[in-house]
Amino acid sequence: MKPARFDYACPDTLDEALALLAEEGPAARVMAGGQSLAAMLNMRLVEPRVVLDISRLHELAYITANDLYVEVGAAVTQRELLAWPALADKLPLIAQMLPHVGHTQTRARGTVCGSLAHADPSSELPLALALLNGEVVLQSRTGIRTLAARAFHTGLMTTAVEPFELIRAVRFPVLGDAAVTAFTEVSQRHGDFALTAVALTGDRRRIRIGVAGVEDRPKVLDLLWRDDASLQDEIQAKVSTMHGSDDIHASGAYRRDLVPHLAMRLIEEARDALSAR
Amino acid sequence: MRYLRADAAHPIAVTINGRPYAVQAEPRLLLTDLLREVIGLTGTHTGCEHGVCGACTVHIEGIPQRACLTYAVQVDGRSITTVEGLAPSAAPLTALQSAFREHHALQCGFCTPGLLMSLSHLVESEPDADEARVREVLSGHLCRCTGYQGIVDATMDVLAAQRRDGAT
Amino acid sequence: MRGLGQYADDLAVPRALTHAAFLRSPHAHAELRSVDATAAAAHPGIIAVLTGPELAAIGKPFITGVKTDAPHYPLAIDRVRYMGEPVAVVIATSRYVAEDALELIEVDYAPLPAVVTPGHAATDQSVVLHPGAGSNVLHERQFRYGDPEAEFAAAAHVVTVDTVYPRNACTPIECNVVQASFHPGEQLYDVVANFQGPYTLHTVMARSLGVPGNRLRLRTPPDSGGSFGVKQSVFPYVVAIGLAARLVGQPVKWVEDRLEHLSAATSATNRVTKLRGAFDVHGTLLALDYDQLEDCGAYLRAPEPATLYRMHGNMTGAYAVQNLAIHNRVVVTNKTPTGLNRGFGGPQVYFPLERLMDKAAATLGVDRVEIRRRNLVPADAMPYRTASGALLDSGDYAHSLECALGSERHASLLERQRERRAAGRLYGIGYAAVVEPSVSNMGYITTLMTPAERERAGPKNGALATATVNVDPAGSVTVHAASIPQGQGHKTVLAQVVADVLGIGPHDIVVLMDHDTGKDPWSIASGNYSSRFAAVVAGAAHRAALTIRARIAAIAAADLNVPPVELEFRDGFISSRHNPDNRVPLARTAAKAHWSPLAIPAAAGAGLRETATWTMPELTEPDAQDRVNSSGAHGFIFDLCGVEIDAVTGQAKVDRYITMHDAGTLLNPQLADGQVRGAFAQGLGAALLESFEYQADGSFASGTLADYLPPTACEVPDLEILHDPHPSPLTPLGAKGLGEGNCMSTPVCIANAVADALQTSVDTLPLNPARVHALMQAERGGADDDATPTAAPGSTPEDQLPAALHPAPETAAADDGHGMTGEGSTTIRAAPDAVWSCLNNPGQLRALLPGCKAFEQSSDGEYRAELSLGVGPVRGLFDCRFRFTPVVAGAQLRIDGGATGALGASSGTAIIRLDDVLQPDGASGTRLDYRYSVTLTGKVAAVGGRLLDGASRTLIGQMIKALASAAEPEREERGTWASRLGAGLRSRWSDSGDSES
Repeated sequence: MKPARFDYACPDTLDEALALLAEEGPAARVMAGGQSLAAMLNMRLVEPRVVLDISRLHELAYITANDLYVEVGAAVTQRELLAWPALADKLPLIAQMLPHVGHTQTRARGTVCGSLAHADPSSELPLALALLNGEVVLQSRTGIRTLAARAFHTGLMTTAVEPFELIRAVRFPVLGDAAVTAFTEVSQRHGDFALTAVALTGDRRRIRIGVAGVEDRPKVLDLLWRDDASLQDEIQAKVSTMHGSDDIHASGAYRRDLVPHLAMRLIEEARDALSAR
Repeated sequence: MRYLRADAAHPIAVTINGRPYAVQAEPRLLLTDLLREVIGLTGTHTGCEHGVCGACTVHIEGIPQRACLTYAVQVDGRSITTVEGLAPSAAPLTALQSAFREHHALQCGFCTPGLLMSLSHLVESEPDADEARVREVLSGHLCRCTGYQGIVDATMDVLAAQRRDGAT
Repeated sequence: MRGLGQYADDLAVPRALTHAAFLRSPHAHAELRSVDATAAAAHPGIIAVLTGPELAAIGKPFITGVKTDAPHYPLAIDRVRYMGEPVAVVIATSRYVAEDALELIEVDYAPLPAVVTPGHAATDQSVVLHPGAGSNVLHERQFRYGDPEAEFAAAAHVVTVDTVYPRNACTPIECNVVQASFHPGEQLYDVVANFQGPYTLHTVMARSLGVPGNRLRLRTPPDSGGSFGVKQSVFPYVVAIGLAARLVGQPVKWVEDRLEHLSAATSATNRVTKLRGAFDVHGTLLALDYDQLEDCGAYLRAPEPATLYRMHGNMTGAYAVQNLAIHNRVVVTNKTPTGLNRGFGGPQVYFPLERLMDKAAATLGVDRVEIRRRNLVPADAMPYRTASGALLDSGDYAHSLECALGSERHASLLERQRERRAAGRLYGIGYAAVVEPSVSNMGYITTLMTPAERERAGPKNGALATATVNVDPAGSVTVHAASIPQGQGHKTVLAQVVADVLGIGPHDIVVLMDHDTGKDPWSIASGNYSSRFAAVVAGAAHRAALTIRARIAAIAAADLNVPPVELEFRDGFISSRHNPDNRVPLARTAAKAHWSPLAIPAAAGAGLRETATWTMPELTEPDAQDRVNSSGAHGFIFDLCGVEIDAVTGQAKVDRYITMHDAGTLLNPQLADGQVRGAFAQGLGAALLESFEYQADGSFASGTLADYLPPTACEVPDLEILHDPHPSPLTPLGAKGLGEGNCMSTPVCIANAVADALQTSVDTLPLNPARVHALMQAERGGADDDATPTAAPGSTPEDQLPAALHPAPETAAADDGHGMTGEGSTTIRAAPDAVWSCLNNPGQLRALLPGCKAFEQSSDGEYRAELSLGVGPVRGLFDCRFRFTPVVAGAQLRIDGGATGALGASSGTAIIRLDDVLQPDGASGTRLDYRYSVTLTGKVAAVGGRLLDGASRTLIGQMIKALASAAEPEREERGTWASRLGAGLRSRWSDSGDSES
């Protein structure tokens, strides 16, 4: 189980990286932490001509925050974001999720943006991106464009990133002080891909529920506060049209059927958190 | 920009267990194979080559990471610690290694080097870690022999001893 | 600990070493029409590409335990019978280069229908895997002990369970390793492999290599990265790599990778069992009747079908019942061959037996502990001869059970259950009583022969253990034994046993555990299996040490002028028991034995090296009534546990687990507990997480450690271990094996707890969240219609339906209704005839195929294309052939096709229906409905099982949408989906970075 041959490019500047991408296009694969890509390379599921390692690009190793959003550069590891002192304050949902992303040892190399690029249907960070209505900043030699979560994640392990682009950063919106967040997931072992993951953001007026693991990409449900029975019915109705994929671990129906129950657990948590304020 | 051709070996300068090495590697050479086959440090083991079992865990710049998901060319200029660097053969075992022995935390010993790398970092960087945290870090490793309890006990022992020593 | 271990892959290697990689079948069942290695052989760095016929020309097929015409070679010859079966081996300058060449080998496979479930294999309708054998049932025998028919006829209650034990394995973290060279002058194979025994297989390997046993020098390394029986599976590769080394004239090394290990090394057998128990009104067990259908995979690989017979003497478990009927059948299926796995044969027996006891308790309204208590073999009956011939050597099972329950332990568990249930939670308690056999009788496997056949073949019995103690001229002691330890601490125990006899410190003794069949003592029973170490190998070391002690005593007695019986060995001195000052150092006496052999008493013999070779006399061959003492020693285990289930998710969490062991004398309590903990974790994995999953077409879907799920530290709770030792009167040190017991008891104990929590029947494992959820749905009876009551929809339906011994339909790869299915519809802004002509126009067809590199129409309606297919970053070139069959001209089309490439193979069928619809704007349109069924096999199935369904949906969706856009030219102008898709598919996707494990 050894990878096929590839050229290895390790640019010193973002410009160099973009120039290489402009030249190589689809023959290149961008590697940030490599925690999924290297496994796929080792299994020869992916055989690019060039691996473009952006992990040493200092220009992309930043976390900045303003009142509206937190921007995480593409060279920032999950470990670094988890250790960012303002995380729990600015992005409580991400703080809740990150410990479930892989393991301590893979978070040390795995990047936040890389997880988004990999676009696994069960992953936590794409779920956060969708639920928070985040944006992904894409850059090519010709310019920068920003995509909303919905436009970014186009399908199973597929994103709208063009071959000559790379993800420069992700922006996670900062929720106001009135907001609450909650997260839960069902996985067979600690650190495994979730069978179903559900996250919540909400305030006194509305609730948003994000679901991963059921369909080929995260799905978001917008709700207004109502009594529990009505909420559960509404969620039930909304997920009943979801088309869950089967695999050796669970049926699509199982994954989907968990959603209303897990969502109600989070709603209860959110209600408690709101009433405690 | 460093651009390394696929079909050639390229010079790599890397510090391993405090000692500098100048070696040659093709871009696709895994760090596990660099350590084991090129340098001859066979303490780092290969158990899955897809990042799940944890047997290959080493410190890169002081942080536990998977050597099997890292290519040799990526550690150019970096500092690596392997299990051989925890207690060089002349030195006594570390407190964690001694606790492993005392608590029968290893049987076949194949997963042990990776475990020691993760846990040695944990006991240093998170002296207040509780059992749940120890198990969480451990969940990045698979051990088929021990059922993990001895490993948990050994680590908790070291943490407790550290706290005692710190308190006095 | 310091990274200085010497595991197989760590050893120094010879000059001119080459590296091997195997090309493996992506199909579960296919004819092997041709293997073209021209391009691979010409690749730089490739020394040779060897195929089945080339190895077969200088070797022989493997010997099997059952006489049948089902030859098994190290590389497939004309047919492949499981996904992952080796087809060719590349020998190259490095493993990397060898794997490069694998991608260049072209193989022409003609897929055959796969036989996946044992129930199907046992019917006449299944395709026969080995035509020479005439059937997929390679062995069948009935056994009868006592008068089971009469007891069943007279019984107040007959209770039946139907169980399906799944495939799993203990998957050591170190995979298989072989390094071989061939010395032409000596005609000798010199092999280093992390083989673990049994050494019966040395004979098998030597024969397949085409040499007498003395020309296969098999060495095992000092350290092993775990085995649990599994490393037995290295033996076919010892032969393959040995033959390859001979053909290329250079040493060859092969290191199995994890994908190879999971898909193609080995597993425990999966077994379908119908077990009936006859009970009287009080719950006394009167008779048992087993119908066992054993699935050994594609080949009956030695020592199979041993899994089925290892327990033969112990089929009545811990219970005193003398009436027993057994019907055994062994089938072959298109799955990986099975073999040794910790607990060998035990979990497959105790799963139905202990489920039966629970069900009987429920049926009779008796407490579950009480029904077990009532039927345990009583202490005063020891030694107890079971119905099928095992001699239960010692124990007080009832006492052990009571100790396990304790005064508080069981009561507190019950109280915990009451509290949780009162709070509306699902909490169950499980029990299991198990007899753990150890020290396998080398003759037990001959029980599969009729008495007449055995008579002709001659008796097989015993189990020789060997150990050697050497005292050198300086008086220092070296010990070795052919026990091939895998981390259990044999060195520690042997040092301790010998040190105690010779009165020296265990740390002064050097124990060498690497083994060399050319130089070290061994016999067929040697190796690390059937928990034989403590019971007999340590005993052999003890005997050798006693002999050495007697010889040293003879010398010292003369020197000290004291009778030998009055000598004490302590602290490195030999002294008079009555006058400790009258003493001599052990070293001086040892030196005398070496330096002055003429000056020592005759009783001291010559030299100070002793090899003890010993067998338990009780291990006699099966008798004329088919009774066999299949094992030499028998421990007892009683487990109880509490399991809580999440009522929403179905996740089962082991809250508390207590295991009571009677393993006789504990030679080293800490090491013993280590064994118990390890087996418990593996038993827990088998109960809740681990399963080798096969799709309906036989493709293997658990190829990574993210799909095959050994538990982590977060899933394994602490364990309460209790001991109630009753030493065996039959083993030298009173020890009985204990390393396998929890692999036998824990799966069913947890299953019993889950069944108790849900108040339902549990008939198969693993009890993963989805399966438990399905059980809860079934129990509620209100499952919504499409909530499939199975955990693994991709896997074979029969394995989820216990008792499904009925014929299953043949699972032809392209049949409708198998593998991944889907359907959908789309509306196209074009009339049906435009869409139809698009589908039937080769030029347009080519344009709508994703990533089409080459396209030809071979005959009317049949096409061949080279496509670059994939999802996200995963992408490969596939050679595709498909045929269009109009079902209703202009309206309905059937497409059958297949694709093969380096990532795997796929086949499927789609039905497309076109209907006229009016667009809202009045334009004509077509409603296109499609249904498809597709299977994917090979590497992509093994490692991407989690995403296969989604991936096939995505690909089908892409093609349908491409079709829509092709029939509907104006949409392309708008630059919508289709044009983007076209652009995307013509090139490879790229995205930025990646992460997550």
